Amino acid sequence: MKGWSTHTGLAVRLALDDVDTDQLIPARFMSRSRADGYGDQLLHDLRRDARGEPDPDFPLARHPQASVLIAGRSFGSGSSREAAVYALVDAGIRVVVASGFGDIFAANAVNNGLLPARVDEVDRVRLDDAVGERAVRAAVSLERATVSLDALTVAFELDDTRRTKLINGWDDIDLTLAREADIARFRERRRREASWAWPAPDGPR
Amino acid sequence: MTRPSTLLDKLWRSHEILRREDGTSLLWVDRHLVHEGSHHAFARIAARGATVAEPALTLAVTDHYAPTRDRLHIADAASARMIATLADNARRHGIELLGLDDPRQGIVHVVGPELGLTLPGLLINCGDSHTSTHGAFGALAFGIGATEVAHVLATQTLWQRKPRSMRITANGSFGEGVTAKDLALHWIAALGADGARGHAIEYAGEAVANLSMEARMTLCNLSIEGGARFGLIAPDDVTLRYVRGRPRAPVGADWNRATAHWRTLASDAGAAFDREVTFEAVDVAPTVTWGTSPDQAVAVDGRVPDPDALQPGSADAVRAALEYMGLAPGQALEGVPIDRVFLGSCTNGRLEDLRAAAAILRGRRARVPGLVSPGSSAVKAEAEREGLDRIFVDAGLDWAESGCSLCVGMNGDTVAPGERCASSTNRNFRGRQGRGARTHLMSPAMVAAAAVAGRIVDVRSLTARQAAP
Repeated sequence: MKGWSTHTGLAVRLALDDVDTDQLIPARFMSRSRADGYGDQLLHDLRRDARGEPDPDFPLARHPQASVLIAGRSFGSGSSREAAVYALVDAGIRVVVASGFGDIFAANAVNNGLLPARVDEVDRVRLDDAVGERAVRAAVSLERATVSLDALTVAFELDDTRRTKLINGWDDIDLTLAREADIARFRERRRREASWAWPAPDGPR
Repeated sequence: MTRPSTLLDKLWRSHEILRREDGTSLLWVDRHLVHEGSHHAFARIAARGATVAEPALTLAVTDHYAPTRDRLHIADAASARMIATLADNARRHGIELLGLDDPRQGIVHVVGPELGLTLPGLLINCGDSHTSTHGAFGALAFGIGATEVAHVLATQTLWQRKPRSMRITANGSFGEGVTAKDLALHWIAALGADGARGHAIEYAGEAVANLSMEARMTLCNLSIEGGARFGLIAPDDVTLRYVRGRPRAPVGADWNRATAHWRTLASDAGAAFDREVTFEAVDVAPTVTWGTSPDQAVAVDGRVPDPDALQPGSADAVRAALEYMGLAPGQALEGVPIDRVFLGSCTNGRLEDLRAAAAILRGRRARVPGLVSPGSSAVKAEAEREGLDRIFVDAGLDWAESGCSLCVGMNGDTVAPGERCASSTNRNFRGRQGRGARTHLMSPAMVAAAAVAGRIVDVRSLTARQAAP
């Protein structure tokens, strides 16, 4: 994963509250391999009409080059499916702005270089109004924790761990392997002090 | 004198390998459960040439794509490939697999407890948001995404910031026909689908203490629907009775050492929680969702909201949900006709759930079609031994094999567009049970009552008649 500290791109608004993971990517699409890409499945059913025809007025259909999504009040609640993040990333989205994120979604997002920018609801509405139906040039700074559209700049919340991780593009497995000795010591102690925590050999019910 | 600790504090402390300066902990993982959806994580570790650190602490279960009928001939190519990929990965890494032909197969969150792999005091991860189910034993159990699954596979550890603590206390006793499912939908409706976000919930109080182990699993399972990644209940005699003698549970000296430790796993008197919420069990009625988010729920004798009476912001969401659900503003929920029912899932697919539904269906016919998918193959076998399968079949419902089935709609079981399904599952999201499907979440007994009436109905009206001479 490549790190980043600033991003400029086009922002569009989704104009939908409570977009859950099943909206981001319906379950029936999740058997694909990562290499095949998930971008075409992003919000698959929401951007189509009852007959399955794509809605040309859907914000991401009007502005397919957008990379900053001004979402609604809650975004990504529900399932742990990381494919919800793959769909966003593969569709070119780098930043989602909302006033709340599902806990697991937010962790998955950061693990894929996608910024879940949490802003006050008042600020979110200001961004929403500033974008309207257009695609507006946006600048996002991880260092300053701000999203700017034209003259409007709002602050977002992101804990330091996640910010550092996005900036460095760290792979957690590498970080963890550097702690191998600590892990081995912990394992040995747990084996000794809590041997019951290892599954017993298959026994009678 | 040390500061009083919460159950969360104790569990966290006993799994913390180290804490970084930024406050993130590296945690030891005692059990890692994987399923077909874990293919991305296996691909990630393959790409870096890593192996599985602790195959003996890892269990693979076929559930999300498990066909509920005709398992020897999987019609859907994608499902067949997902199931085969899990088997390949399990074989390659020396992980035990409970596949379709294994009598212990079932939904991962039903199987873990059944086998005694789920124990108090453990840290349990699975790439599934309903991993909170296992917290019912007093285990630190939470759902993770594919990158995190890969990390656990490769290192048997996970970086995690400690969540804030929250206690939900339910005082008193539930009224007739009220279950753990109703308490869950009740608190989620009160606090919102994001009401417990960022928190680990500990459930407490007389009403919780009096729940069976299976009902506690239902309650903890639904924590994520209120935004909490973790649900916890302190282990007690009910827990120990459930665990004792399970195939993989500790025995002999290990059992004694384990139980001595488990008895310490309760929040100390005076322990401070970041947030405390209290409910009276008597205020909880059989509860049904009317919308497209689990917090859009009311008592069965209630009415759906009228968006015109709400603030503009929330009115839009209500209006959109009612439109999707085909309901009129202010409409009474009772009497809404349904097209089909589903009984099953990691939320309400255990033996007690099937018994509760069968008690309503016994000697009655369902007016609508429906599917019953037991939470595990062991639940299925036991239900058949008790004759529950005959009750469901005689009522006109399909008795099928175990898997996630119509809760997630990945295995080919779906509800048709526009159809309304009374469901014992956990999510009423748009399209969850199939494109355009309309889902009403409720308890298994309420699903059975809806099947009998062909509409949403208060289960207590059926049990009252049953009790009459």
